Amino acid sequence: MLMISRRLGLYLLTAWVAVTVNFVLPRLMPGNPIQNLIGKIQSQVTPAEINAIRLSFGDTKQGWLGQYFTYITQMFHGNLGISITLGAPVTSILRESVPWTVGLIGLSTIISFVVGTFAGAMLGWTRGSRFDSLIPTATFFQAVPYFFLATVMLLAFGSDLHWFPVLGAYNQTVTPGWNWPYVLNVIRYAELPLISIVLSSIAGWMLGMRNMMITMIGEDFVLMAVAKGLPRRKVIFHAARNAVLPSIANLSLAIGLVVSGALLVELVFNYPGVGDLLLQAVLNADYPLIQGIFLVITLTVLAANLIADFIYLALDPRTRTEAAV
Amino acid sequence: MKTLRLPRSPKVLAGIGILGFFLLLTIIGPYIAPYNPSETLFIPNMGPSGAHWLGTTSLGQDIFSQLLVGARATMVVALLAGLVATFLAVVIGVTAGYFGGKTDDSLTLLSNVFLALPGLPLLIVIDSYLPVGSRSNAFIIGLVISLTGWAWGARVLRAQTMSLRNRDFVEAARIIGEKRYRIMFSEIAPNLLPILASSLLFTVLYSIGAYVTLAYIGLTSTSVWNWGTMLYWAQSNNAPLSGEWYWFVPPGVCIALVGTGLALLNFGIDEFINPRLREAGLTSKQRRKLGLPRRVRLGLTPVLRQPVTTRVPATAKSVSQ
Repeated sequence: MLMISRRLGLYLLTAWVAVTVNFVLPRLMPGNPIQNLIGKIQSQVTPAEINAIRLSFGDTKQGWLGQYFTYITQMFHGNLGISITLGAPVTSILRESVPWTVGLIGLSTIISFVVGTFAGAMLGWTRGSRFDSLIPTATFFQAVPYFFLATVMLLAFGSDLHWFPVLGAYNQTVTPGWNWPYVLNVIRYAELPLISIVLSSIAGWMLGMRNMMITMIGEDFVLMAVAKGLPRRKVIFHAARNAVLPSIANLSLAIGLVVSGALLVELVFNYPGVGDLLLQAVLNADYPLIQGIFLVITLTVLAANLIADFIYLALDPRTRTEAAV
Repeated sequence: MKTLRLPRSPKVLAGIGILGFFLLLTIIGPYIAPYNPSETLFIPNMGPSGAHWLGTTSLGQDIFSQLLVGARATMVVALLAGLVATFLAVVIGVTAGYFGGKTDDSLTLLSNVFLALPGLPLLIVIDSYLPVGSRSNAFIIGLVISLTGWAWGARVLRAQTMSLRNRDFVEAARIIGEKRYRIMFSEIAPNLLPILASSLLFTVLYSIGAYVTLAYIGLTSTSVWNWGTMLYWAQSNNAPLSGEWYWFVPPGVCIALVGTGLALLNFGIDEFINPRLREAGLTSKQRRKLGLPRRVRLGLTPVLRQPVTTRVPATAKSVSQ
């Protein structure tokens, strides 16, 4: 339990850093960013929005500390400010786009981890066989930027071969809601983005697992299992269970990377998640929205990390007694 | 101390070859580019031809020249960010691992926080606040990228330093009365070299991805040519959907090749650190010739003894031919 409380403390601290980055950065900007920004937007900004911008840049009579507390209190009330370009509260904008992202990226991360780890275990076990030639290919896919692979896939399988629908998350002709046509349609539209995220991220899991598996096979307990005459399936499972631990320990790192890459995949596919929203916010210098998205992504990644920690705890009994490093 | 000698497997040789090619391009790219990459001299949207190997953009710029010129900015920022991040990783990781105690606790906490923060969104937030002028400054962009990329290396280096700290030779140096920094730099640092190299490769790989991504979403100056800005212009002119593969495929493939080269080189370092991963650079045919089992058997790590190791360079050469 010590491990979980330590990790929880770490994640709380990380969340606090993310919140503070959001608070400090606009105040460090040189010049008069508020006027620049209002000038840059050049759209119909209501006085309320201008006021919101002023507040977010710290243009009040309050001192920094006072502003900081106001900022934190506002945040706990779910108030992340008003989007400059969309004119709506950031919270309600995020409520519409976050489920898409969590669904798409969450599912693809799980698929990629499970399939990649399984394939890596097999590659490690059968090392030296012709399957080893998979490794350079996997390395190449690992090095391709996510958004580039997504673009190529979109071009090849979407617009050229018409195997998959392109652009968006569902066809405009179906009515959103809990009905079969809609659900099937959503799944159909998610296939290609999902495949491209899995392809981009699977190699890392595969190679890591392969290396650990090869290292494990050299251990005495595996030799012992073979000597006892256990069926091969059981021996592989025995080794794999131990080899998978570093992969899960690394999950927390990888989730951040995968999410970063996957946000851009959303962009390529015009998927209505936060990736597309983030790009629009960046292009329009919509700082409240950028900050809101950053905060939500960070919190989601931290939550995913916590889940990974629980899985690790369940798989490795040693961590239940000792403090994890 | 022996110098770091990488196993001469075909993978490592391929990695060195690829990286060497792109490093050469970094140096000579801008000089051998046939045209000025920014000038709109030609008929727009031409396909590849003898005069324009990769065709022209919708503004009539020569794409091949952009690719050659862009290599420099891409590689320089990636290398710079990689070096700075690795430097930070060494300072923080080795200090934490060596001193232990409260220093270790606080530095570990710092790197754990940076590990848990998702890198790209943080980069985007920081970068979107940069004044437009400094977005074309490769140095500033490199520094910002390194800020988000050092933590992983620090963690690995800390772990290795901790395991070295209590070894006998370090203990001996301490008893002799060597100064702390001397122990750190002369006794411990050389043994960190393989891990350091691997962490450098990873951070360069990360930096190239981060830089290209920032450029692709338009957060760096779009007037500096790098492979990311090429993709940015290709995307914003709908090159992928209008079938102009010669515009957006080459920069992406270049990025992927550099990344593959780095990863292949890293295989060599992995095999150096973890001997069980080694195959001694032998294909299955050579294995049979040397009388080794074709597939590695369980619990037995094949060891190549003296007469064989002298023959390895010869066989490795025959592979590359």
